[in-house]
Amino acid sequence: MSKDNKNQNQKPHKNENYKSIIQEYIKKNSSKRTIINNLVTILLSSFVIIAIIPLSSILIEVFKNGVGALSFEFLFQPPGSMGSGDGGIGPSIQGTLIVVGLASLIGAPVGVLTGVYLSEYSSSSRKFAYFLRLFNDVLTGIPSIVIGITGYIAIVLTLGSFSILAGAFVLSIIMIPIVARVSEETLKLVPNTLREAAYGLGLPKWKVIWHIVIMGSKSGISTGIVLAVSRIAGETAPLIMTILGTSLFFSGFNSPVDALPLRIWRLASQPYPSAHEQGWGAALLLILLVLSLSIALRMFAQKRSMTFKSTT
Amino acid sequence: MSLKDSNDTHFDLVKKLDLQSRKSIFGDKFFKALVIGASLYTLLMAAIIFSTLFEGSMPIFFKEGINFVIGTDWNPVEGRESFGALPYIIGTLVSSAIAMAIAVPISIGIAIFITEMIPKKLGTILSFVVELLAAVPSIIYGLWALFVFRFWIRDFIEEPLHNTFGDYISIFAKAPFGLDVFTAGIVLAIMIIPIISAVSREVIKAIPHSQKEAAYALGATRWEMVKTAILPSSRTGLMGASFLGLGRAIGETMLVTLIIGNAIGLAAIPTSLFSQSQTLSSIIANEFNEASNDLHLSALIGLGLVLFVITIFINILAIFIISKVSKSYSNLRE
Repeated sequence: MSKDNKNQNQKPHKNENYKSIIQEYIKKNSSKRTIINNLVTILLSSFVIIAIIPLSSILIEVFKNGVGALSFEFLFQPPGSMGSGDGGIGPSIQGTLIVVGLASLIGAPVGVLTGVYLSEYSSSSRKFAYFLRLFNDVLTGIPSIVIGITGYIAIVLTLGSFSILAGAFVLSIIMIPIVARVSEETLKLVPNTLREAAYGLGLPKWKVIWHIVIMGSKSGISTGIVLAVSRIAGETAPLIMTILGTSLFFSGFNSPVDALPLRIWRLASQPYPSAHEQGWGAALLLILLVLSLSIALRMFAQKRSMTFKSTT
Repeated sequence: MSLKDSNDTHFDLVKKLDLQSRKSIFGDKFFKALVIGASLYTLLMAAIIFSTLFEGSMPIFFKEGINFVIGTDWNPVEGRESFGALPYIIGTLVSSAIAMAIAVPISIGIAIFITEMIPKKLGTILSFVVELLAAVPSIIYGLWALFVFRFWIRDFIEEPLHNTFGDYISIFAKAPFGLDVFTAGIVLAIMIIPIISAVSREVIKAIPHSQKEAAYALGATRWEMVKTAILPSSRTGLMGASFLGLGRAIGETMLVTLIIGNAIGLAAIPTSLFSQSQTLSSIIANEFNEASNDLHLSALIGLGLVLFVITIFINILAIFIISKVSKSYSNLRE
């Protein structure tokens, strides 16, 4: 009896002891844990700031240094003699528009149709689809300068001169895998019920694909095309060995042209401050072109995802 | 069409339908041919790239043999030609390694921060801003690095490092100039951070919620949840993302050409962080238009082939890792 009593008396005591130890342990430990948690949070947020600093610095510097160069003459005149600071970058703007336009004429349809194959026909031959997808991904990863060498050997050496065609060919190769990838992804998003409904109405396959699948994901496909265009508009390396660069306006598809990124490179490599100022001006134009494309794209994509939500 | 009408022209209707279906069979075949043609064109482009590089670099491999890959001398002058690519391979690897060492932790940190640690709306805005960096053409990074950033690096990082450690540690030994392998590595890192963090974000988002909730239910703090639930199961995916970034860093041309200092031959092997160097892609860009003879041109194409092989290897590795990961996730969800 007395022993039992003793035990009963002791038990709560022991329990309290445990409790206090555990409480102390938790208190001590959790404060350490929260401190670590907070430190990590601070560290990670500083990473974001580290990433944003260069972006803001690039934008600020390009605007600050580039605005001074902009003028009517700068936009429409060919470059003056080296180091004089005269003239403008008219041929480069024109060249970029022509080369990128031509490249899109080849790259966009081929890319979209490849995406259609991967999304709609891949079930008929899985092996081919697998290899196509693999090669498509590999094409995305090939450095653009390597593709430039290909353009040099395949087009420039064959035709005998640096030309717009070679530049457009090379840029289209860079464009195809991007467009194909995005097209495939967006076409796959089209619900199967829509396809089945169309088949149920007796439409042949090509009409289902054209009117239902492609037209239904028009905005997604154009997103991919714009993405690819903004990517190739900034490409420089492959243009060195295909369109070469010149200070003259367009003079036929079989002769060299200029392009904005190429002009920036040439200007930055010159030792004259006036050339550098023009380089910043050209950079401002290029960054305005590319960023406005990509911001418009974001707005567009966001709107689209919202409409998708409201319909489902 | 009323029933009476259709009775009258029953035969016509059948004929019409038959014609229509034949037309659509033709349409089907035509469309399928078009689509397969486009796919074959895509494959053809990949084949053309490989065959032109291979063909173009044959002369240099015939002349130099294995020396082309392990030689260190680079001399395009007629009569004394000698082409060794090793310095540029090393320059490429060193600059990319510096870029990866900086970019991988930062971009994975950004991905975790944006997906797990802040409200969703703020996260969308932040990721938008970070990914704008991905849209900036590399030539503009180069311009900015050449005229602005290299002076920051020289004055705030390189000179203090050189002054304090320069006498004892050899990688800080050379007098900093701003145009060197270290600056190139840092700017490459800035360029690939948005790429790695975008893919990492997708990887982290794909982890099933149940895992995170389980960690929280066991009383984990946010960081402990990240450490125990996110990092282990997304490790391979994050590796794939990093490899994609590495592929970009190795192939990048214009930015490197502007800021790496463009050393040639033996001098291009970086002995310290602050020495001038040269990468495979930058020497191609620098010398391609000034190639003095066919052998020189072939040597540059050979460099392109080496670059091609390295990036293909890295990219295929990345593709396999990522596809394996997405498969294992779909298993988890089931």
